Amino acid sequence: MEPDIHPESIPDYLESGELRRLQLARLQDTVQRCYNNVDIFRQRMDERVLKPSDIRTLNDVAKLPFTQKTDLRDTYPYGLFAVPMKEVVRLHASSGTTGKPIVVGYTKDDLDVWSSVMLRSFAAAGMQSGDVLQNAYGYGLFTGGLGAHYGAERLGATVIPISGGNTERQILVMKDFGVTAICCTPSYFIHLIEKVNAGGVQFEELGVKIGIFGAEPWTEAMREYIQRESGIKAFDIYGLSEIIGPGVGIECVEQNGLHIFEDHFLMEIVNPETGEILADGTEGELVITTLTKQAFPMIRYRTHDITSIIAGRCACGRTVRRIKRIRSRSDDMMIIRGVNVFPSQIEAALLSIEEAVPHYQILLTRKGGLDQIEVQVEMTGEMFGDRIRELESVQKRLAQAIEHTVGLRVPVHLVEPHTILRSEGKAKRVIDQRSKRKDVR
Amino acid sequence: MKLKQLSVFLENRPGHLSHVCNVLAEAGLDIVTMTLADTSEFGILRLIIRDWKRAKDVLQSAGFAVNMTDVMAIEVADEPGGLEKILKKAEAGGLSVEYMYAFACKPKKNALIVIRFDDLTRASKVMTHAGIGVLSAAEFYAE
Repeated sequence: MEPDIHPESIPDYLESGELRRLQLARLQDTVQRCYNNVDIFRQRMDERVLKPSDIRTLNDVAKLPFTQKTDLRDTYPYGLFAVPMKEVVRLHASSGTTGKPIVVGYTKDDLDVWSSVMLRSFAAAGMQSGDVLQNAYGYGLFTGGLGAHYGAERLGATVIPISGGNTERQILVMKDFGVTAICCTPSYFIHLIEKVNAGGVQFEELGVKIGIFGAEPWTEAMREYIQRESGIKAFDIYGLSEIIGPGVGIECVEQNGLHIFEDHFLMEIVNPETGEILADGTEGELVITTLTKQAFPMIRYRTHDITSIIAGRCACGRTVRRIKRIRSRSDDMMIIRGVNVFPSQIEAALLSIEEAVPHYQILLTRKGGLDQIEVQVEMTGEMFGDRIRELESVQKRLAQAIEHTVGLRVPVHLVEPHTILRSEGKAKRVIDQRSKRKDVR
Repeated sequence: MKLKQLSVFLENRPGHLSHVCNVLAEAGLDIVTMTLADTSEFGILRLIIRDWKRAKDVLQSAGFAVNMTDVMAIEVADEPGGLEKILKKAEAGGLSVEYMYAFACKPKKNALIVIRFDDLTRASKVMTHAGIGVLSAAEFYAE
């Protein structure tokens, strides 16, 4: 083992047999606790004539029922909690797309686990005590802010709890407080780069070296853009409030897939249609079972995130397995004239055209009963020449890149700089102006 | 020989052109001449402004995409065939005109045209050789 491994990161390097044994023991415990304390889970187990004692190997996880996002809504607010409220010391909530939010709870132990996996996340990205972290994730009901906060403090980093928003102040702090690392959404970071450069300072001149970006899907092309424009190393962090918040997994310095902290989270990849478990390397939906959560355990939670498990050991030496960068969240899928389109595909296509910056927006409308899609891309100084035909050629190349990627002809409109709304949290990439259909789920 | 021209990207929508004019007016910058090239979706506003550096700064800080291009200002006799004579020379010199726009100078006999040639360096030689009145920036703004 390398000498500079943080003591809390030791489970990242567990020998595989030992890890599987630990996972099984923790899975059995979780199933037993859910069976005892969560009504909906016990009912589903009983329907399958399944007892907690039937879980004898890790493969037996396939026998367990899935948990769907709808289950969280149906049991709102506390129906899936597995401990009495007096043991719950924290609540977070995520805004559901329809109606009621999803409420998640933590015991003291849960918070301890959460800070620990966040510590391991920061350490994997190369942070250590002495780093100064500008935590620009929102503080509040959203898990991002507080999750990152306690993890970084536990690592011994200096945390600036600036939260999201107020770009002027973010830049002042970044310049004056000796910031070496930042966490926020990737789209907000691009906004910060742009603002710093507009103020006549090159971003590279600041001391920021590491960026931890998450809470929205982003592409490899976006990473290249961020790293080129800011000179920092950009890391993708993964998590969701239903599981714990950020800290389920993160990229290490190899930047080749996200390590999942398997001692706390059991992962499977399933066929999104049939639920059948797929082999490593095959793309499908990520399903996670929490192994240590007390207040809000999740059994086989369907994340709707599309990825695959990367087989083989990572060059960094960690033994916990990796998943590929989330290709898309199946909830984000748009069906346009019968073709499945993901915003991430459009982003990758746009960024493959060199001059384009990642300020874009996808507009969905309906005309004569047909879904229409268009993409608006902000003009930049680099893209803009003095000739109409140059602009038309940029427009054409962007449209061709999209058509090549998604197989659909999508009109591209060039818009003036700074006209697409900047988000201080999760970027709103898709504006859906089609009349709302009834939610059938 | 060369004159600096600013080009501004505009969406073809109401109010966008006046916004540019407003930014320049607020900064006390006078537009010497201008032209607007457009398609159904967007346009390029081309501007000749004496203090083009400051104009570029204020427009960029106002959020516009701005580009600087070298163009040529030529004095043309304001009479039938005046422009043709110059274009013939350009043609003979193998030059091609990307775009041009003209403006008359108040009481003078001559008109001024701003031309973007495909090859500015060669255009300077051809025009000078043909004895055509190419204005320096100093001469242009002195008009």
